[in-house]
Amino acid sequence: MTHRKQILLHAVLTLGGLLMLFPFIWMLLTSFKGVGQMINDPLAWLPVPWRPRNYPDVLAEVPLGQAYWNSMYIAAVTVAATLFTGAMAAYAFARIPFRGSGPLFGLFLATQMVPAQVTVVPLYIMLAELQLIDSHLALILPAIANPFAVFLLRQFIRAVPVELEDAARIDGAGRWTIFWRIILPNIRPGLWTLGIIVFLASWNSYFFPLVFLNTPDLFTIPLLLDSFHSQRGGVDYGLTAALSAMTVVPMLIAFLIGQRKILNSMASSGLGGR
Amino acid sequence: MSAVAEAPARERSRPVERVREPRWRRRDRWWGAVFLAPQLLGLLVFLVGPLGFAVVLSFMRWDGLGDATWVGLENFRTQLTDPYFGRAVWNTVKIGLITVPGGLVLALLLALALHGVRGRTAYRVIYFLPVVTSSVAVSVIWQMILGGGTDGILNGTVQELFGVTLPSWLEDPTWVVPAIAVVTVWSSLGLNVVIFLAGLATIPPSLLEAARIDGAGPWQLLRSVILPMLSPTVFFTLVVSVISSFQAFDLIYVLVNPDHNEGAQTIVYKVYQQGFREFQFGLSSAAALILLLLTLAVTAVQFKAQKRFVHYES
Repeated sequence: MTHRKQILLHAVLTLGGLLMLFPFIWMLLTSFKGVGQMINDPLAWLPVPWRPRNYPDVLAEVPLGQAYWNSMYIAAVTVAATLFTGAMAAYAFARIPFRGSGPLFGLFLATQMVPAQVTVVPLYIMLAELQLIDSHLALILPAIANPFAVFLLRQFIRAVPVELEDAARIDGAGRWTIFWRIILPNIRPGLWTLGIIVFLASWNSYFFPLVFLNTPDLFTIPLLLDSFHSQRGGVDYGLTAALSAMTVVPMLIAFLIGQRKILNSMASSGLGGR
Repeated sequence: MSAVAEAPARERSRPVERVREPRWRRRDRWWGAVFLAPQLLGLLVFLVGPLGFAVVLSFMRWDGLGDATWVGLENFRTQLTDPYFGRAVWNTVKIGLITVPGGLVLALLLALALHGVRGRTAYRVIYFLPVVTSSVAVSVIWQMILGGGTDGILNGTVQELFGVTLPSWLEDPTWVVPAIAVVTVWSSLGLNVVIFLAGLATIPPSLLEAARIDGAGPWQLLRSVILPMLSPTVFFTLVVSVISSFQAFDLIYVLVNPDHNEGAQTIVYKVYQQGFREFQFGLSSAAALILLLLTLAVTAVQFKAQKRFVHYES
């Protein structure tokens, strides 16, 4: 590629990058603006004066720490349970011959097509019957059933050499030992990929918490932000922006630290997945 | 039986395992059930069961409290003759028609540009940022930017600089779908770029080199080598994008609040509104099943069409 072409490409990509970053920058700038500025000079780009008080003010109003904890442990439990049971089922489909394996796997594949909205009303009725509405179990339990997890991990398990298993079997290892000591360590990249996908899905999930949770102390981060926004958002942009920043920035920092792993995981979900 | 498929593996271990083999197989059947049980149980309880339940509900009139009445196809008839529901179907399709091709072409162009450029990691990271951001936060931020009248920074600034009054994107029924589309593309672009870049990385450089030596220009290279090699990846992202655009809820619901703007009401919004605002579980389930049928139909068409343009290496 010629030098001039490279420069032109960089110019276009940088412009695009700024468009991608602009909403985040706007959020941070707005988070330091006071109500007075919103009313008198809504179009000023920079806060005058800077008002860092928005942050403690909004923290005094909403239980953000509680929401963090809720989101964090719900995502952690969902990821751990999905990876474990998903890998078990994937191992059964990949390596253990049993009657009906083919049709059952077909069933797993087919259910991936069902939109969550089809099952939400029946799920609500079922969970209400079990007294689980307005509890975190209502979010965790249905999320663990994950046909995509089984499919993705099966691809990774099929790539593990059978010879490794045979060798372990000769040494007297049973199915469980093989699964635990041979299969799981050998599909670590697959577990990372799936773990990241499941974590992000749980962390950012909005539809199910919106339907299943009522008590503010049980709210996850997206739900907390949404409820504050719909009550106060139109009035005080500064506070809303400060709250958005506090929900978004820690995730962005985590992403920047783990970006190589996360980006590679996402890339392989598109190549090996489905 | 499927045990036959495992024959080579078994043959190899036969000299040692000959005597114990039948026991292995007996125990294996048991182990298969054990390993499968948790996910299979979850699938039956949380996906297959509710799906069947949804089908039954769609033939009933029920508010969740009183008695349920069997009404046959009435819910479907109600939905399909209701102009509001028709509008919601059309909005759903319209959002897909803008975001899917627009998003994929833009992602493909970006991936092609990034593929040959130094320092692409930084760009990759920046373009991916919105993907890790929750759709609620994304919507809250964009609402401030696109906000109504001259309050929003975009309209206000344009008004101030050029004296041009832009439409209020989120309230105007004709502009709300394009506005949703722009934010959707912005927030999902990075994912497709990353997937396309991974696809591009699998094309052997020697293939491109050979085509170049044969005198292929950049356009021919793209048409005859890169696109065919990339077509399985493009097909995958196409199917996933269509499905997720039909199911989009978070972003639309928070960004626009379709309660007050029927231009932004989609099938999924109807499912939510009829199910959890009006407690018409039957109607809501019928709407959800219509969405499922639409998804199945479009996906089936895509799979039919893939034979014509997707190139798998043999």
